[in-house]
Amino acid sequence: MPQRMQLGDAKAAEIKAVSIGKTFGAFRALKDLSLDIGRGEFLTLLGPSGSGKTTFLMILAGFTAPSEGRLMMDGKDITDVPAEDRSYGMVFQGYALFPHLTVEQNIAFPLKVRGRSSADIKRRVGEMVERVGLTGHEKKLPTKLSGGQQQRVALARALAFEPSVLLLDEPFSALDKNLREMMQEEVKRLHQETGTTFVFVTHDQSEALALSSRVAIFNHGELLQVGRPQDVYERPENRFVAEFLGEINLLPLDALRLDGDKAAGQFEDRTIVLSQTRPQIGPKAVAAVRPEHMTIAAIPQNAGHNAIACWIEDATYLGAVTKYHLKTRSGTSIAVSMPTAATAPFAHRSDVWVSWPTEQGFLLPHQNETRA
Amino acid sequence: MGKSATSRTILLLAPLLLFLGLAYVVPFLGVVRWSVTMPEPGLGQYRAVLTDPLVQSVFIRTLRICLIVTAAVLVMAYAIAYVWVRGTSTQRMLAEFCILVPFWISVLTRAFGWLALLSNRGLINTWLQAAGIISEPLALARNEFGVIVGMTHFLIPFAVFPIASAMRAIDERVLLAARGMGASRSRIFWSVFVPLTYGGLIGAALIVFVFALGFFVTPAILGGGRSVMVAELVYLRIFQSPDWGLGAAISVVLVLFIGILLALMRRFIKPAHLVG
Repeated sequence: MPQRMQLGDAKAAEIKAVSIGKTFGAFRALKDLSLDIGRGEFLTLLGPSGSGKTTFLMILAGFTAPSEGRLMMDGKDITDVPAEDRSYGMVFQGYALFPHLTVEQNIAFPLKVRGRSSADIKRRVGEMVERVGLTGHEKKLPTKLSGGQQQRVALARALAFEPSVLLLDEPFSALDKNLREMMQEEVKRLHQETGTTFVFVTHDQSEALALSSRVAIFNHGELLQVGRPQDVYERPENRFVAEFLGEINLLPLDALRLDGDKAAGQFEDRTIVLSQTRPQIGPKAVAAVRPEHMTIAAIPQNAGHNAIACWIEDATYLGAVTKYHLKTRSGTSIAVSMPTAATAPFAHRSDVWVSWPTEQGFLLPHQNETRA
Repeated sequence: MGKSATSRTILLLAPLLLFLGLAYVVPFLGVVRWSVTMPEPGLGQYRAVLTDPLVQSVFIRTLRICLIVTAAVLVMAYAIAYVWVRGTSTQRMLAEFCILVPFWISVLTRAFGWLALLSNRGLINTWLQAAGIISEPLALARNEFGVIVGMTHFLIPFAVFPIASAMRAIDERVLLAARGMGASRSRIFWSVFVPLTYGGLIGAALIVFVFALGFFVTPAILGGGRSVMVAELVYLRIFQSPDWGLGAAISVVLVLFIGILLALMRRFIKPAHLVG
């Protein structure tokens, strides 16, 4: 038997994807993707279905071979190393537990594959069962467990052999909201405790923002932007990223003038001033502002703020925040979320001013280049 | 199931039940009567079934042949089902062909086909002798070996369906998960894939075994009278030696035995596992 290339001895690995491409027949699932995944980081691959995020995860796992490009781990080329020799932990959508094995046998499986001694396996399984809070369920078959419990078994099994990378493919998609939030906390804790590199696939933007040290946003097989959650949320580089990560107001600007790190343009009869980080932007642009950065008042705020005249179409009470739907004079829709406690309710259909600090708005290209 | 649904099911099954009742149950009750009345009233024939060395040896041979056939069928059907479920599209077509074609040919034709291959002056012996590999023909037919070959061939498709259905039910991600954990192909096959098909295997084993117990045509032709199985013994007792009572008693014992096996089958496996 040939000597297997054993990887994954390091506690956490760093991965470098270089110009990865994947085509299925005529369909280009991934286009020229280059991405560095840092040692011990929690990277989320975020995008709508069919965006290429799962294809990329499968290439990382070794289940799918890329059509182009190389994959490096800790400086070694692993493009052609098969999945069984990569030794990554993986949590599948639907968990993929072994239905014929009990909880402890499931967790012991990867350890047995590695030829660990039975004493070692017993100790490690006990540790993992305790770590994911399944004490008392060791002898049960997966079908006797709830969704959340099955999820914990999948996590324990994937982490039992201390993989250098843990890949998670939409692990929470089958759980209800409360359980989902609990499991998110759990995964965050496991990441901190193990220090392993986590790569997490989801289509849920709030999950991505809540969990990750960095988020990579995919659409149509392309990596559009990668950055810390606050970077991608507050400084998206294009309209797809801006709109996918949450609601955003887009105001078309005329007569755009760039002046160092500031930009100014006309919206209706007001001059809108924005901080600006994209000097290469075209002549037509939109001002982008998140709903929670805007406030509503009877008079415009002046110093350091932009303000536009609107009238209130509708208000939705959501508990902690109240969400207002407004229209500008030219009919552009505006959404504003404000803390319910901080504001007196505004009368329906009243004329108001919507204001926001100039540093909270940013410029985006007018055309949505990613959806063209 | 609600009451109306139950009565509707019974109504739909009525023609079949009526037919089975008139064509099988009623005549079989006659057979039961013979077993306790011929030649004189009493349980004498059952005592003979349990003590007669000839009857005993036929029962033991039948069980032996059925066990060997079941084992051989399971191994081959497993391989065919594997190719059928997990092979490339060409392999799947080929497997389907191998499963369906024997179905279209009568059991009698197939038995004679095997005879043409296996007998002393059959194709295999002629070729081997012509090639100088053997000088005397091998005893391939008119013995237990021939019976086992013929029965195995006949029964393989019946085992392929339940096994393939169990294989189809396996979640691909479970196998991927095992691979991702570093398991080799053989480990994935033996410790994940095969255990997940146990239900289908048990179902297939019971179907094949029960079916094999009552085989008549294949052993009669390929056994050449030297490898008599229970069904043939019943035939001989009734049609050749006028010993209707013993023949009837053997039949009753065989039906009871099969009944017990079917009851076990119902207990251990869902009917859905038995069909493709």
